[in-house]
Amino acid sequence: MKKGHYGPYGGQYIAETLMTPLRELEAAYEEAKADPAFQAEFREILRDYVGRESPLTFARRLTERLGGARIVLKREDLNHTGAHKVNNTIGQALLARRMGKKRLIAETGAGMHGVATATVAALFGMPCEVYMGATDVARQAPNVARMKMLGATVHPIEEGGATLKDAMNEAIRDWIANCDDTFYVIGTVAGPHPYPAMVRDFQSVIGTEARRQMLEKFGKLPDQAIACVGGGSNAIGLFAGFLDDPGVRLVGVEAGGKGIATGEHAASICGGRPGVLHGSKTYLLQTDDGQILDTYSVSAGLDYPGVGPEHAYLADTGRAEYVPVDDAEAVAAFDALCRYEGIIPALESSHAVAEAIKRAPHLPGDAILLVNLSGRGDKDMDNVLAWKAANPPVPAL
Amino acid sequence: MNRIQNCFSRTRAAGRPAFVAYLTMGFPSLAASEKAADTLLSSGADILELGVPFSDPVADGAVIRAAAYAALAQGVKLADVLALAARLRAKHPDAPLVVFSYYNVLYAHGLERFADEAAAAGVDAVLVVDLPLEERDELLAVLRPRGLTFVPLVAPTTSVERAAASAKGLEDSFLYVITVKGTTGARAELPPELKDRLATLRAAVDVPIAAGFGVSTREQAAMIGEVADGFVVGSALVKALEKDGTLHAEDLRYY
Repeated sequence: MKKGHYGPYGGQYIAETLMTPLRELEAAYEEAKADPAFQAEFREILRDYVGRESPLTFARRLTERLGGARIVLKREDLNHTGAHKVNNTIGQALLARRMGKKRLIAETGAGMHGVATATVAALFGMPCEVYMGATDVARQAPNVARMKMLGATVHPIEEGGATLKDAMNEAIRDWIANCDDTFYVIGTVAGPHPYPAMVRDFQSVIGTEARRQMLEKFGKLPDQAIACVGGGSNAIGLFAGFLDDPGVRLVGVEAGGKGIATGEHAASICGGRPGVLHGSKTYLLQTDDGQILDTYSVSAGLDYPGVGPEHAYLADTGRAEYVPVDDAEAVAAFDALCRYEGIIPALESSHAVAEAIKRAPHLPGDAILLVNLSGRGDKDMDNVLAWKAANPPVPAL
Repeated sequence: MNRIQNCFSRTRAAGRPAFVAYLTMGFPSLAASEKAADTLLSSGADILELGVPFSDPVADGAVIRAAAYAALAQGVKLADVLALAARLRAKHPDAPLVVFSYYNVLYAHGLERFADEAAAAGVDAVLVVDLPLEERDELLAVLRPRGLTFVPLVAPTTSVERAAASAKGLEDSFLYVITVKGTTGARAELPPELKDRLATLRAAVDVPIAAGFGVSTREQAAMIGEVADGFVVGSALVKALEKDGTLHAEDLRYY
């Protein structure tokens, strides 16, 4: 495969101004990746600061209630800052420091990546500016407060649908103008090469750990590894551990919103077609004329009209399957995990839980569904309550 | 020689830089764009860039973004831009017309279909903001057999070697030199090193060079004209259209 490409996907479809900075980033990353000192520091921070490794939790009561496959949760929600995002921001901040960059910028949807970037900026003593769609600023107020508390500046973006894509547009504009001293910390496996590969590498700790833990704890690999997919960083992190295990089905769960048929969703693979946005060729939600659509999902973190190019490739080759889960199913799964396991999951991760709930009853009791619980749901309290107030009750499990 | 080469021969012979004008098509309306383009080509502009509106214009500043959103709100499509190009071609047989776009719009239209329609409309070249050297072959493969050329971009971060590589094989085009690190839009001052930079690039490549981004005054255009073959004015013209949708004499005085 051509470097930086995943079959026909990926690449560097970006403004010329950023091509030289991308070359520099690629070179610096390749060098860091091969440097044992860099890797050692990365692992040390993950252990002593993030609290890795994150445990596997057998969801016993949920499994018993469903009858069928065992559901096992990879607890990224227990990471410092409450989501998998911090794995990547630590890696990128270490790289930024190594490259002598003075300033971090980031885009954020749900705010988890913004919080994770603001956190490492504080840890490394770097100024941090976060771009966030105004719609998301409103629906993720607790995370906005956290970012500010951590010393970051949050820029609400009013353009377009005022969500993640619009935030990313503005972050790219900032980077174009300030590429000399600024490091753009992209939060997902999207963007121009080398971002999709780099973010995947930093997140692959999820899958690598989970694979080992599965063997230690259950003596076998999972039958299916399930993760939610917005841009797809937690999913690729989980999948990375099992790509070479053909017996493990990889399942990416996209945000079905109000249903694919309604057009109000954020399921780029299930409901989109290939195009070019934010530096990559990949599946996009777009009009026939190539205008990017505003997306909809109850979860801000999945509200993105594209998907990482490696997911596009995994979908085409059939190595991974991608399915939509709608808002109501996600909220029902959110409730179920709260009530049966005492875990309040992020709405994003609730999509993956919902898919496991659908599948488990149809599988034998010795099968294992490994679900990446990518984040915790404290940030989503207001959204869940508002969603419930505005919609018919979801059936309790 | 194609229209672009003829154009630069003419302006060089006249001892002046080429005035490259950018307009977002469909702002404030398709009819207004057509009239403004006609005015420009009749009163001083040498080359017209027809901006195709896109929902996510990451390389553009506030003025051109607002124009793109306004055009999209009216439903302006690539087909409208090409139809407008065809009408301008009929009136201005010698003026180089450049389709200026983000890649996804062309990609979604179908690259071959786009190239067929652009060639039929009398378009000379295509400029794609997010299609660097590494990715452009896919588009060049459909443009070249149809006699269309491609305008490569060079940024302040681009090395001279890379600029030369970008210009290679496109000797029938021109090199668009981005003056500033940043998005499109008027700047009160252009970088002090710009003149030296343009002189270096001009010596390094075999194609005419035109500099744009941030150019909004006659003085800036004149400064660029001392060392480059052309200057590009975009946001300032789009901004002028914000007032009453028409370009006036004072909006056109760039040399």
